[in-house]
Amino acid sequence: MIVEIGHFALALALGVAVVQSVVPLWGVARHDRALAGVGSSAAIACFLLVALSFAALVVSYVRSDFSVENVAANSHSTQPLIYKLTSVWGNHEGSMLLWVLILTLFGALVALSRRSLPVRLRAGTLAAQGMVTVAFLAFTLLTSNPFRRVFPAPADGQDLNPILQDLGLAIHPPLLYVGYVGFSITYAFAVAALIDGRIDAVWARAVRPWTLLAWVFLTLGIAMGSYWAYYELGWGGWWFWDPVENASLMPWLAGTALIHSTVVMEKRDALKVWTILLAILTFSLSLLGTFIVRSGVLTSVHSFATDPARGLFILMILVFFVGGSLALFAWRAPLLRQGGLFAPVSREGALVVNNVFIATACATVFIGTLYPLVLEMVTGAKISVGPPFFNATFIPVLVPLLLVLPLGQSMAWKRGDLLGAAQRNAAAFGLALLVALATIAMTWGGPVLAPLGIGLGIFLVLGALFDLGERIVTRASGWSAVLSRAKGLPRSAWGTALAHAGVGLSVIGIAATAWSTEGIGVLKPGERLTSGRYTVVLESIQPRKGPNFTAEVARFQIFSGSRELAPVEAGKRIYTARAMPTTEAGIRTDGLSQAYIALGEPQGDGAIAVRLYDKPLILLIWIGAIVMSLGGALSLTDRRFRLAAPRRSATAQPVAVQPAE
Amino acid sequence: MSAAEPVEPARHVVTKRRFTRKQRRLVLIGAAGGVLCLAAGLVLFALRDTIVFFYGPTEIAEKGVTPGTRMRLGGLVEQGSVVRGPGQRIVFSITDSRTVMKVTYDGLLPDLFREGQGVVTEGVFQGGDQFRADSILAKHDETYMPREVADTLKKQGHWQPGDAGASAPQAKPAPQATQ
Repeated sequence: MIVEIGHFALALALGVAVVQSVVPLWGVARHDRALAGVGSSAAIACFLLVALSFAALVVSYVRSDFSVENVAANSHSTQPLIYKLTSVWGNHEGSMLLWVLILTLFGALVALSRRSLPVRLRAGTLAAQGMVTVAFLAFTLLTSNPFRRVFPAPADGQDLNPILQDLGLAIHPPLLYVGYVGFSITYAFAVAALIDGRIDAVWARAVRPWTLLAWVFLTLGIAMGSYWAYYELGWGGWWFWDPVENASLMPWLAGTALIHSTVVMEKRDALKVWTILLAILTFSLSLLGTFIVRSGVLTSVHSFATDPARGLFILMILVFFVGGSLALFAWRAPLLRQGGLFAPVSREGALVVNNVFIATACATVFIGTLYPLVLEMVTGAKISVGPPFFNATFIPVLVPLLLVLPLGQSMAWKRGDLLGAAQRNAAAFGLALLVALATIAMTWGGPVLAPLGIGLGIFLVLGALFDLGERIVTRASGWSAVLSRAKGLPRSAWGTALAHAGVGLSVIGIAATAWSTEGIGVLKPGERLTSGRYTVVLESIQPRKGPNFTAEVARFQIFSGSRELAPVEAGKRIYTARAMPTTEAGIRTDGLSQAYIALGEPQGDGAIAVRLYDKPLILLIWIGAIVMSLGGALSLTDRRFRLAAPRRSATAQPVAVQPAE
Repeated sequence: MSAAEPVEPARHVVTKRRFTRKQRRLVLIGAAGGVLCLAAGLVLFALRDTIVFFYGPTEIAEKGVTPGTRMRLGGLVEQGSVVRGPGQRIVFSITDSRTVMKVTYDGLLPDLFREGQGVVTEGVFQGGDQFRADSILAKHDETYMPREVADTLKKQGHWQPGDAGASAPQAKPAPQATQ
């Protein structure tokens, strides 16, 4: 019964979404405030209906109702409750429902937000969001219905893919989807602005919190997914330049450019047309990602169950929304009032540099990801574009940007001073150079570029900290003055510094992977294996039984030099329902570094193949990402987003004191 | 030094301060164009040098791949062909039911490597029927057949849709998710 209610609620939501996408626009056209306001209630109703539907699916999973095909295919009665819950989105149909749930959640949030939006903007935004919702609800209902019954009901389910039976699945997809799908709202705002034919600082201030919110979650989602792949897949890698990973990286890059360009639009009323285009492109890349992941057109290590019919449907959605919005853009953008002028050497000029480089980097990822597809269609040749391609294109484009980032960060709005910015960053640059040189000296004969990467990371971290210090600490003032200045500094300034420092931390972590080492050996109990700084001694191999798997668990003593760390266990599991093996890596965290043990095949004579990695400073990669999102979250709490009416606060920009122009 | 490009013309402006809207826009477009050209150059250069072609065992002979070429090789792991040792060495055969390639690999195999299953390896073609693999791609799903492998098998006329496990001994019904 509850299953049918869920199905019905989903169908009803489709109807409401149609109302949400049509009526507000009609109201705007007829200058009827009441009709234009229908979007808000429709968006909220739509969210409640989809939430009801999602809850129905969750209940079916918790109750292990195997008469539902989706539950039977992806769950098992012996699964622990947490994995029964996460199974809901551990498959195509359920994850589509989560997708739509988040889509409607954002619509409802816009409807409920107390920020006073112009009526026409709110109506247009909700209508555009409604159209996206209609498309994806139709997709879910027509091709991926999670509520389909199966008769007769099987006695037990087929179990969730063991790789997915992990806490990572509980955290990674929801975070990622909030990010991915969250960009739909900036897309909707852009479409609404184009329909309305008016964009200004109010628009930018309305859009920026949503962009930041989506970006924060996408950052966390990607980082979490990367860490999950790192510990779960047992290869010790954290990023593979795989199409599915690139699918999430592209919207992230475009979103990063977008949060920077909206600042320019908000503060300086410039870059309007570009920002609109970027908002459209960001969500288009999210849609492209959805297409890549779910159609199976590109071979990926992250294989989803795929179906050509679904791929075609998503392709049609993609063409409609990308093509439609770009056509609207081409038609309406020339009518938009041009933004103000600005000097190239200024904060806004630096942000343009940021946008140019990030957009270019995003384009290289785009080409690398889709080139195999195009080449196969044209010539029939099958190729793979792997890490060497991205190392040769993406990194050279991004590194110059990171090098000039601290300069841009310390520049003033309107009219910057390149020499002054260079002087302000001289100390940070000098220290970073010193660290890089020291690293080169200490690791003589090792990787050449890695020490420079470390130096770059340090430069970013110090640049961010020194810039904050510059703003807070004034000459000949006591602690109280510093404190009050720190208090007066807008949260967005703290957020910017934090996010940029986070980038630096990640860069250090990534550079340090050049020193990671791998050792492989066949060990019997009592034997040892060394890799890098770590030595492990195999203590014992024992069988163990879990709720829905059997495992062989190897216990290791682990030493860093002569210092003994806490022992670590690594295992191999066989999940009974699917007779599928998985590797459970044994990871010992040692400061910011990790020793990583993965088991291979048993060799028959009581010995087992063991792979040991020394991963220096690897945690910094994800810590950096978390710091970045904290920075974004801090910016989100900035007072100018909390105030109901857009108002220029005196403290927001100390440099905005009118210079003559 | 590409980093300097968008910044360089800037200094100019501060000293002169007499740029028209059009000129400023030109500077901007020029700088952006410069970065894009640089990136396009990098991309073209990288596409020539870093891409790896995928072949099935039969295609290697047909296309006359020269020994020493880096490539991906895919097909089915031949039943009974896996020989382990000495040490970490593993030797096995990849077949598309017409041609067989002998693959040598040092290292740990992914969890889902099984005889009779599809596999994709990356490495260097040694000539004849010898292939030296340095990585074997792992897949998340036991019923998953790499698309290239499926195409290769189709070409050789040994593929039935839904035959994902091919001749795998424990062939069980594919999960509904693939239907």
